Amino acid sequence: MGRAKLPRKSTSIDMTAMCDVAFLLLSFFILTTKFKPSEAIAVTIPKSVAAKVAPTKDIVQVIIDKDGKVFLEMDDEEVKETMANTLNTTKNMGLDVKAFKKAPFFGAPFGNLKSFLALPEDQRKGNLLPGIPVKDTANNELTEWMTLVRDAYQGKKPNLLLKGDNLAKFPAFKSVITAFKKNDFLKFQMVTSPEGVPVGTELWKKSQAGEKREE
Amino acid sequence: MAEMDTSSGGGHKKGPGVKKGKKLSTRVDLTPMVDLGFLLITFFIFTTTMSQATAMKLILPKDADKPEDQNKAKQSGVITILLGKDNNVFYYEGELTPNASNFQSSNFHDIREVLIKKKNSVSDIKDFVVILKPSDECTYKNVVDILDEMTINVCTRYALVDITDIESQLVAKSEAMAAAAPAN
Repeated sequence: MGRAKLPRKSTSIDMTAMCDVAFLLLSFFILTTKFKPSEAIAVTIPKSVAAKVAPTKDIVQVIIDKDGKVFLEMDDEEVKETMANTLNTTKNMGLDVKAFKKAPFFGAPFGNLKSFLALPEDQRKGNLLPGIPVKDTANNELTEWMTLVRDAYQGKKPNLLLKGDNLAKFPAFKSVITAFKKNDFLKFQMVTSPEGVPVGTELWKKSQAGEKREE
Repeated sequence: MAEMDTSSGGGHKKGPGVKKGKKLSTRVDLTPMVDLGFLLITFFIFTTTMSQATAMKLILPKDADKPEDQNKAKQSGVITILLGKDNNVFYYEGELTPNASNFQSSNFHDIREVLIKKKNSVSDIKDFVVILKPSDECTYKNVVDILDEMTINVCTRYALVDITDIESQLVAKSEAMAAAAPAN
């Protein structure tokens, strides 16, 4: 009786290929992850149901930290250069234009701006800086800053953002709004972290029905 | 295929005068390495927050210099929401009565019901106006939350207005009363 002999096959598989795939995926994910830039000013932003992604280019961002201190963050270097030159000519402050251009944010009264710019960048931490004075309604320096911004942009509309900390008190927010209003910046966006729309509410019903939200 | 050859260890014979080197297979079992690879992938995927910051738009009204330029709202459709400290919310419908009888307290959870009820009771939806008055004690989060509530309940007409002295006093008074109440 001739029995067909089945060739004995090994049950172990070559894992090399799988290992390659695993590490390829790993390196792909690591390289494509954009790291959150470490922020000099610690701000915990509130949640909202807003779904539009915040713009990242051409931004003029006003930051309110938890103590109500106000900072101004800008990304356009040319605009910052124009601002520095204007400040030097109108206020005769003798600012270092290059340092001003490179500064990611500003957080000092006009009087201390020169010493603020003299600080090395890694020492400009939100909790140590005085911030832009806004509390005093008669001397709201942010108004002047916004005028500078508006003039430097020359009619173009920058993306005006407001990033506030959960714990910031309303008066700081109000003085920022006042500074915006005085310079005819009537549209701005508040940076929030996304949150689901509560089930059963009117907005939820609308989105279920497929209606597009007006932003 | 990918396995360590362990059999060779026991299989070699000591010939007279000949010392044979152990013949080890160069193949390594890669299974643990694959495990590690996928473990790292899962770790990185779970720790990465996908969320990007979103933006909420707010359009400010232009300040009207003359009182006659200001927008008039029908009293019946107006609800005023006041924000106090420690996430307290107060509201009144229409105009505030002199003895503050229609001044009611609420919180961020219940205010939605109040808004929906008011919205449904208004005969013409165009008359429905929400006035938001944050007091000096409330936080930025409170303001964003209440603005968010406007979006959630599709209240298209709302305004952020400065609080008046009488109202801030009322808010302070009711907060003091609420704080004293549990002590009794």
